[in-house]
Amino acid sequence: MATIKELAATPDRLCSGHRLCGGCGASIAVRQVLMGAGDSDVVVTSATGCLEVSTTCYPYSSWSTSFVHNAFANAAATCSGVEAAYKGLKAAGKIPADKEIKFVAFGGDGGTYDIGLQSLSGAMERGHNMVYVCYDNGAYMNTGIQRSSATPKGAWATTSEVGEVLQGKTQKRKDLVSIIAAHGIPYAAQASVGNWKDLVAKAEKAFNVDGPAFLDVLAPCPRGWRIEGDQTVEIARLATNTKFWPLFEVENGKWSMTPVKEKDLLPVSEFLKAQGRFKHLFKPGNEALLEEIQADVDAYYEYLVRRCAETV
Amino acid sequence: MPKVTTLAASGNQMVGEAFRQAEPDVIAAYPITPQTAIVESYAKFVADGRVHTEFVTVESEHSSMSACIGASAAGARVATATSSQGLAYMWEVLHIAAGMRLPIVMANANRAIAAPINIHCDHSDVMGARDTGWVIFFAETAQEAYDNTVISFRVAEHPDVLLPVMTTLDGFITTHAMERCELLDDETVKAFIGEYKPKHSLLDLENPVGHGMFANLGGAYMQAKLAERRALDNAAPIIKSLGDEWAAICGRSFDMIDCWGMEDAEYAIVILGSAAGNARHVARELRAQGVKAGVVRVRVFRPFPYAELAEALSGVKAVAVLDRSDSFGAQAAPLALEVYTALFDAPVRPAIRNYVYGLGGADVTLEILHQVYDDLDKLAAGEANPGLVYLGIQ
Ligand SMILES: Cc1ncc(C[n+]2csc(CCOP(=O)(O)OP(=O)(O)O)c2C)c(N)n1
Ligand code: SF4
Ligand SMILES: [Mg+2]
Repeated sequence: MATIKELAATPDRLCSGHRLCGGCGASIAVRQVLMGAGDSDVVVTSATGCLEVSTTCYPYSSWSTSFVHNAFANAAATCSGVEAAYKGLKAAGKIPADKEIKFVAFGGDGGTYDIGLQSLSGAMERGHNMVYVCYDNGAYMNTGIQRSSATPKGAWATTSEVGEVLQGKTQKRKDLVSIIAAHGIPYAAQASVGNWKDLVAKAEKAFNVDGPAFLDVLAPCPRGWRIEGDQTVEIARLATNTKFWPLFEVENGKWSMTPVKEKDLLPVSEFLKAQGRFKHLFKPGNEALLEEIQADVDAYYEYLVRRCAETV
Repeated sequence: MPKVTTLAASGNQMVGEAFRQAEPDVIAAYPITPQTAIVESYAKFVADGRVHTEFVTVESEHSSMSACIGASAAGARVATATSSQGLAYMWEVLHIAAGMRLPIVMANANRAIAAPINIHCDHSDVMGARDTGWVIFFAETAQEAYDNTVISFRVAEHPDVLLPVMTTLDGFITTHAMERCELLDDETVKAFIGEYKPKHSLLDLENPVGHGMFANLGGAYMQAKLAERRALDNAAPIIKSLGDEWAAICGRSFDMIDCWGMEDAEYAIVILGSAAGNARHVARELRAQGVKAGVVRVRVFRPFPYAELAEALSGVKAVAVLDRSDSFGAQAAPLALEVYTALFDAPVRPAIRNYVYGLGGADVTLEILHQVYDDLDKLAAGEANPGLVYLGIQ
């Protein structure tokens, strides 16, 4: 992996001055992922969502490289079309055969787990040489914090309300990385803005494989998570240290996880407690729900340990 | 002189040939009856190495148009084909293709829209897309589907247009029936279509561009929409001059409307697509009996040829507008709405009656077309207009 000095020297493809909220995890995710592309030429596709609306306010743009936004559901299909054009134009002799360009698509969790899942699955199955990155803040933030299938169990959102009979979202988060890994693509990984080294290393791998790669990057949203703008990275770290967001990768079918150090390990309640969207879970009467969430977290972690052991 | 091969071919085959000659850099498509043969034939060209096209076998029509948009924004010549539910499924991205000013060419096999589900011809699918900003051609025959498709690439990629073009042909009737067709040699067609030189390609990284930006408030959105309207208006004279250029090569005329017997017609049918042949046949029979019947077939639906139509219909006593789709809740169906608009400023307006015919492939027999001309006679004589009529059913 590149040194931190080299990383600092990579081009700023997403520049400052954008209109994402202070402390937004999305821009951190994008900038760190793009560091993984080194000095290569990169064309960026984005789904509709906070990242897109906040970085492309016409007549301004925060992107110093070519950028395309099409719609909400179709970032993967759009990026696959850009990549197909690159191949087709090469075949036509209109682009030099040795010209290298990397293709990356960014989508929020709504644009990836939900409405864009079919488009993503299609692009991964077809084998385009592209990297798809989900900046995962666990809700439809741009439209005002509605639940998605990435929203954790128990989280408050404006469509998974807290009231007399309901205590936030009743379902678990969908395990998207496993779903994408099941496409048999060369590289799929879960990463977090809380661990830049791991994230940039994964992005480098993703950009360097021949074929499709997928990254699901935890990117806290201060507004939706009800945290302060200076807590983004700290809370993302807590997500990993409480096993809520394990860092793992699937490289040509081989699963491996960055284990949480024994001394760093904390119960999931520490992650939940830090955020306003889970505050109702700590009211009397919700003890069983908290236990259930801890059990879910442990079970998923064990599942990952098993997969890693199975594919040594 | 171009070399011409005469062959028996279906409309789908002829569109496939036009695509092969245009040789797009990218085709992204999804199967649907009765369009599928177009992309199947293209898949064979790809498999045989006859074209350099990157063929993207997407998982849906939303993705086929989305991939076409990405590819076109990346500076590729791009084509696709669809029909009916597929076109409807693309609705969101049809607007985006036009709004981003991307010269994508798409063939549409005109087919009914569910429910009830039906795979046969009508124009409900295209009419659902009429306001999406695309140039829209209607072919009557397989030959014309070929001609229109060839011209479509030139229109779409013209620097004063830069809009997507939908080249449509009637499901089964034109897509599948074998006709005598003339195929021009590759060299001639390739020279006519020319090379596409994109102005704002994503892949020109020395000059980075942003496509599909967020133009929320402040008037930029409305400016973009006005530019889109003007581009579609610009397309009209360009279609005409390209039509003349093509006519000089192949000997077939290409106008915005196709008139038969309109020099002195008193009774006229206005129609789109394949059923025009039957209408002309009936008009010819009536002419033999001394009735001054005529037919106007609209070949370009967007931009709509209002002036040409008004001129063709001047002096006519009564007009029947035949629509192969409906606009539920409106007083008239889509083509008739345009005809009313075209004639609003005419010094003398003919009587107009609107018929909906042939939905879901319902037969368009000579008898019912005779019925239409008979009605016009009564209408011209001042008999009350019953408004919109569904032809051939009770
Ligand atoms: C087809 C369609 N449906 C709904 C919307 C409205 N919409 C725009 S952004 C958005 C939420 C985006 O959520 P996510 O993908 O998680 O990104 P985030 O805003 O959280 O960054 C929604 C629902 C849309 N633009 N298009
Ligand atoms: S609402 Fe959340 S995701 Fe959107 S810009 Fe603000 S912090 Fe970022
Ligand atoms: Mg989100």
